[in-house]
Amino acid sequence: MSSKPTVLIIGAGFTGCALAYDLTLRGFSVTVVERGEICSGTSGRTHGLLHSGGRYCVNDEEAAIECIEENIILRRIARQCMEFNLGMAVAITQEELQFRDNYQAGAEKCGIPVRWMESSEILAREPAINPSVLGGFEIPDGTFDPLRLGLAFAASAKNRGAVFFTYHQVDGIHVDGQSRATNITVINRHTNQRIQLNADVIINATGAWAGKIAALAGVNVPVIPTPGVMVAFNQRLINRPINRLALPGDGDIILPQRRMAVIGTTSFEVEDVDYIPIDAGQVQQMVDRAAEMVPAVRQAGWRGSYMSARPLIQSGTDARSLSRTFKCYDHEADQGLKGFITITGGKATTCRVMAEKTADLVSSKFNISSQCQTSEFVLDSYRTFYFRQPAL
Amino acid sequence: MIEITWKITIRIPRQRQDEISAEWQDFSVEISPDETVLDAVEKIWAFQDHTLTFRHACHHSTCGACGMRVNGVEKLTCITPIREVTRNNGTLRVEPLRNFPVVSDLVVDLSRFFEDIERMHPPQVATNRQDNLLYEPVADESANLERLVDCIECGLCVSACPVALTDNEYLGPASLAALQQALAASIDTAEIDLADHHTGAWRCHSAFECSAVCPSNVEPGYRIMDLRKQLMQKNFKQWFGGKGKRA
Repeated sequence: MSSKPTVLIIGAGFTGCALAYDLTLRGFSVTVVERGEICSGTSGRTHGLLHSGGRYCVNDEEAAIECIEENIILRRIARQCMEFNLGMAVAITQEELQFRDNYQAGAEKCGIPVRWMESSEILAREPAINPSVLGGFEIPDGTFDPLRLGLAFAASAKNRGAVFFTYHQVDGIHVDGQSRATNITVINRHTNQRIQLNADVIINATGAWAGKIAALAGVNVPVIPTPGVMVAFNQRLINRPINRLALPGDGDIILPQRRMAVIGTTSFEVEDVDYIPIDAGQVQQMVDRAAEMVPAVRQAGWRGSYMSARPLIQSGTDARSLSRTFKCYDHEADQGLKGFITITGGKATTCRVMAEKTADLVSSKFNISSQCQTSEFVLDSYRTFYFRQPAL
Repeated sequence: MIEITWKITIRIPRQRQDEISAEWQDFSVEISPDETVLDAVEKIWAFQDHTLTFRHACHHSTCGACGMRVNGVEKLTCITPIREVTRNNGTLRVEPLRNFPVVSDLVVDLSRFFEDIERMHPPQVATNRQDNLLYEPVADESANLERLVDCIECGLCVSACPVALTDNEYLGPASLAALQQALAASIDTAEIDLADHHTGAWRCHSAFECSAVCPSNVEPGYRIMDLRKQLMQKNFKQWFGGKGKRA
């Protein structure tokens, strides 16, 4: 019997689920532990924008290119959880109108197909937009259902042999005398029983919690949880994601999702992310700002407000940088701890490529030269994650 | 801005996976009445008892994970403000959904539920034009645009259904509504025969509890009645040699 290298992933958000799928396809034996439900941390609480890269094309070219590449792939493999009607970046102020040439140049440089629309066309397509709109670009944005995107990756991994332990909280990470992380202890929260799981490599994919988990293994990961607030309204005011034609800022996006419109978002730093209270003042500021784009948000009924803690990475570290949008830390290289890797940062739209880069690193450690295959196949139905038998 | 804080008691039946019955536990929670029942449950987990288990993900009613029974009524807890269900110094009973096996505390086993829905082949994404938009007018210019279907597969309808409570074999409102939507979207693999059974559309007693608790305007009760209409048309056609015209 050939024994596959064993990988243990901590965290079943987008990154952990996509990574489980990638490594399973490459022939690793994969186990995922997650303290709650799939996507019950930051991932589930995103606003669900499938980025075209437009938001970053002027000031963060690398991130923008990553977004448009992944946008095209996810539209193919994860159609089941997406609304794709194209989006808009609209100019409400003269200043934003003057941003037009910069934006167009940035988009062209990053390979993002955009098309200028006069205000009459914008209003014909989206009548709820502020009638004093000055023009805007059509951009390939979409919306996705967060839990289903995570579940689709998890289901595809599980159906091919990956094992998921949800409701299992990591209790300790054991480092042996040779500075190698060899096993973890987890508490099964359904039973309160403690079990030990061994692995050749342990991957910390806990996003905003990555610093806390890394500390259990005695290494440092400079993640700053940076929450933002989002508000959902009871009415589908628009059918496409609408952005401000400007550099990213608070309250500058409004997205459709099912019968709702969701506005986002703000940005502030916290230390503990297990429970983040919602600041009513921030909500009001954001609604005011969003009303400049779509005035009807003021009349729409409230449906829910929620917080999501982005895992932002402190700069100026000796981390192995794969891109400005996410980082994969090989702790053997940066802090001398073997068998322990952290992947954090990034965004939902780029979760597949984050998994690809991390799986490349893991493969290189075992001299396995397998190619990433995750962009080739359509993901399994998200519902099959819950099936009693693998659905293959 | 004046921050109002209420002090409420949340009663939760605690149950580990290997236990046969649950034991009620009370938690005292200080919370703004504008926060939600899910916020209260998450607060208990974060600050009082890290062993409490519950399902949640999106916190804005698009994922369907956080369905629970609040004072005996099925609620999507992420969009249920505290002030809608209790008052200052009040008590809230928060229980897992009925008609599903409890795994632990507020977590239920949804495997059969998702297996049944999957067999119906409902669309996950449809257009604005489709028949599943029973409640809202759609402008012509957006009729062909894509939209995630309304059903968020939260299970509230199954929990509220009095027939599902007494008959474990009943397919239940979520699966039947899924089949109706698959047929409405003309999905080739949808089989109406799956509902033509004593555990299917004919088992419903028309209590319409499903429609009453649905947080997403899916109207499962209406859809089950529509399936019966379609089944009657199909069966009459079969019995009388196809002379009956389709409505």
